[in-house]
Amino acid sequence: MAQQGAYYVPHGSRWPIVGSIGLFTTVFGAAHWINGNDGWRWVMFAGIAVLLVMMFGWFGTVIRESIGGMYNRQVDTSFRMGMIWFIFSEVMFFGAFFGALFYARSLSVPWLGGEGHGALTHDVLWSSFTAAWPTNGPQGIGGAFETMAPWGIPLLNTLLLLSSGVTITIAHHALKAGQRKKLLAFLAATVLLGATFLFFQAHEYIEAYTHLNLTLQSGIYGSTFFMLTGFHGLHVTLGAIMLTVIWFRCAKGHFDKEHHFGFEAVAWYWHFVDVVWLGLFMFVYVL
Amino acid sequence: MATHAATHDHHDEKPEGFLDRWLFTTNHKDIGTLYLVFAFIMVCIGGAMSGVIRAELMKPGMQLVQPYFFNEMTTMHALVMIFGAIMPAFVGLANWMVPLMIGAPDMALPRMNNWSFWILPFAFALLLSTLFMAGGAPAGGWTMYPPLVLQGGNAIAFMIFAIHLMGISSIMGAINIIATILNMRAPGMDLLKMPLFVWTWLITAFLLIAVMPVLAGAVTMLLTDKYFGTSFFNAAGGGDPVMYQHIFWFFGHPEVYIMILPAFGIVSEIIPTFARKPLFGYRAMVYATACIAFLSFIVWAHHMFTVGMPLGGELFFMYATMLIAIPTGVKVFNWVTTMWRGSLTFETPMRWAIAFVILFTIGGFSGVMLAIVPADFQYQDTYFVVAHFHYVLVTGALFSIIAAIYYWWPKWTGRMYNEKWAKFHFWWSMVFVNVLFFPQHFLGLAGMPRRIPDYNVAFADFNFISSIGAFGMLLTPIMFFFILWHSKKYGAKADARSWEGAKGLEWTVPSPAPHHTFSTPPVIDDSALAHGDVTH
Repeated sequence: MAQQGAYYVPHGSRWPIVGSIGLFTTVFGAAHWINGNDGWRWVMFAGIAVLLVMMFGWFGTVIRESIGGMYNRQVDTSFRMGMIWFIFSEVMFFGAFFGALFYARSLSVPWLGGEGHGALTHDVLWSSFTAAWPTNGPQGIGGAFETMAPWGIPLLNTLLLLSSGVTITIAHHALKAGQRKKLLAFLAATVLLGATFLFFQAHEYIEAYTHLNLTLQSGIYGSTFFMLTGFHGLHVTLGAIMLTVIWFRCAKGHFDKEHHFGFEAVAWYWHFVDVVWLGLFMFVYVL
Repeated sequence: MATHAATHDHHDEKPEGFLDRWLFTTNHKDIGTLYLVFAFIMVCIGGAMSGVIRAELMKPGMQLVQPYFFNEMTTMHALVMIFGAIMPAFVGLANWMVPLMIGAPDMALPRMNNWSFWILPFAFALLLSTLFMAGGAPAGGWTMYPPLVLQGGNAIAFMIFAIHLMGISSIMGAINIIATILNMRAPGMDLLKMPLFVWTWLITAFLLIAVMPVLAGAVTMLLTDKYFGTSFFNAAGGGDPVMYQHIFWFFGHPEVYIMILPAFGIVSEIIPTFARKPLFGYRAMVYATACIAFLSFIVWAHHMFTVGMPLGGELFFMYATMLIAIPTGVKVFNWVTTMWRGSLTFETPMRWAIAFVILFTIGGFSGVMLAIVPADFQYQDTYFVVAHFHYVLVTGALFSIIAAIYYWWPKWTGRMYNEKWAKFHFWWSMVFVNVLFFPQHFLGLAGMPRRIPDYNVAFADFNFISSIGAFGMLLTPIMFFFILWHSKKYGAKADARSWEGAKGLEWTVPSPAPHHTFSTPPVIDDSALAHGDVTH
């Protein structure tokens, strides 16, 4: 609820329209590129550059205004709600891919194997196919492949991300207690754990492509495996970049004991990628 | 930009330059206007496409266009009308009215609000550019079912990216609306005192944030299936094309309510004003809206009864779907009861609202018919479905938008429109929309398939009548534009309370509403609220 007193309405801004132009240029270039016009990838990169400029400019404006003390508690609450609902939308985005995984594993693959409802497809098209998981389907799209053992690198990655959740919480407590050195050390540790996670993830991908013949084209298993872990990895990358920015902002003394929403927003985001990973570890690797 | 923050902070006048006013704006009223103008342009483009469709279907046999182009028209008509016209029009109304109705100075996140709008013209430039592309625009239907859609040409990538952009726009817009409603209400504007339009938009915004990302996921899988060799929807690789339909309709059914819940809100504002009675059953209306929103998540597969599903699934989705008739029935009952023994007058907004109640209910009934599995096996993919969803989307959603524009136009511009012409516009639309869509019920029941440019001569008469209705309807945007232009230029001055029975905060500010309203929180007078004090 609003408290008594004046409202804050920000002045106009050029960054949104810059952002729209950036988004348009990016996807216009990307669409031409994936349709086989290789030169257009430079258009896409130009669009991404515009988006980066927009982010620097827009966040810069907000940071300056925030440090200038222009934001009251109501604005702070709006930012918090914005971040929470943004993370909820991300949860639903991952939900679509988890949904695809569950649907394939518990419905479409058994049906292709002749169970219940899909019996005819099985009999007419692929009567020799036996339902199993992992699979690349009755036609073995992408060729025979092996899967990643869950108790090696994936377990290590789970431990890395879980510890990073602990270190960021310690950093948060340090921030609230005004212990700057501890804050910077534990925040740096969080970034480092995230980067190590990404290193192992990259290693795992190389392993999968070079030794296991597990690729994005490996039927439904490869599709769900790489799309889920890939989007997650992308989010970890973004989260690690955000944490790095926050580290620099902490070092510059942007935050104090009470006012550090930027820190908290990134911490929420980091916990979110952490939770998604637990889902991935369970349903993609272990089960 | 930060440099003039200090001088530019609060309640200044309108910005001087055109670019400052419209391109860099953070003002909810200007952004609302942009949304509404954009939606109007899209209605005209989408309407022109429907004109091509109905012209081709006026007589049996191939008349005007090639079959592939006909398919492009049906696909693009739907995408343009849903994502370009109806949804942005409702967001525009929310932008204009929600801050005014809850006593907020603006939206909670005004710069993001600007971005939400300004993504849209780029998204539609991307989508419409495919019409001029080698290989043509997407032609596999707006639902983009694989494997058909994957057989399209280069346009598919453009369509998918356009949908991503629309999704980003919708999600940011919805986040903004939720934050505004939950965080920016004036002191004393309790949740259960909010106007129903605000309530319906709160719930709609939740639906948008929940399902637009799912659509983004679904079309991303299409993209990777077409361009990067994944097998999500390829049975040979262990995937399933039907899986796409499940994911799509998990988005698609809440999407249907995204396009109708704000309409419920609008009608719930207009009817009490012209019945001069408080809304009957305010709380029941709020709960019914929430109930419909909840049910919308568990009924998606009623769009796919005929593609094959275990019997238990068919039964579950049939009964769950029929349940929706209950909260919807509560709403219709409450609108009618609000009018019961009211001192009714029939100004133009009220006429559109009453037409909404009657014609939307027809669309609701045909929806219940479609929910019955064995009957749906007959109706699936026929013109009956086309008739059904045009009754809910045209005489439902679009009529409510027109009602809202007539209702709040005096508040926006400070001018009344010409009541006589507006009534003509209403009656013209009322007649021709039924001439257009009612015969399509009969065509569908007789077995005419949708999305086909030619048909059996047995369907000739009703198609001819339907096309006459379409041409009549195509004149209505011109009429509407003329009435609004005339009003803006020559209309009589409107009072702050433009309608005698109008209640609610928006009518306490002058007409036209000043560029900045409620720069300090207004004092809430319970007896002057739109829905009064609902506790007794």
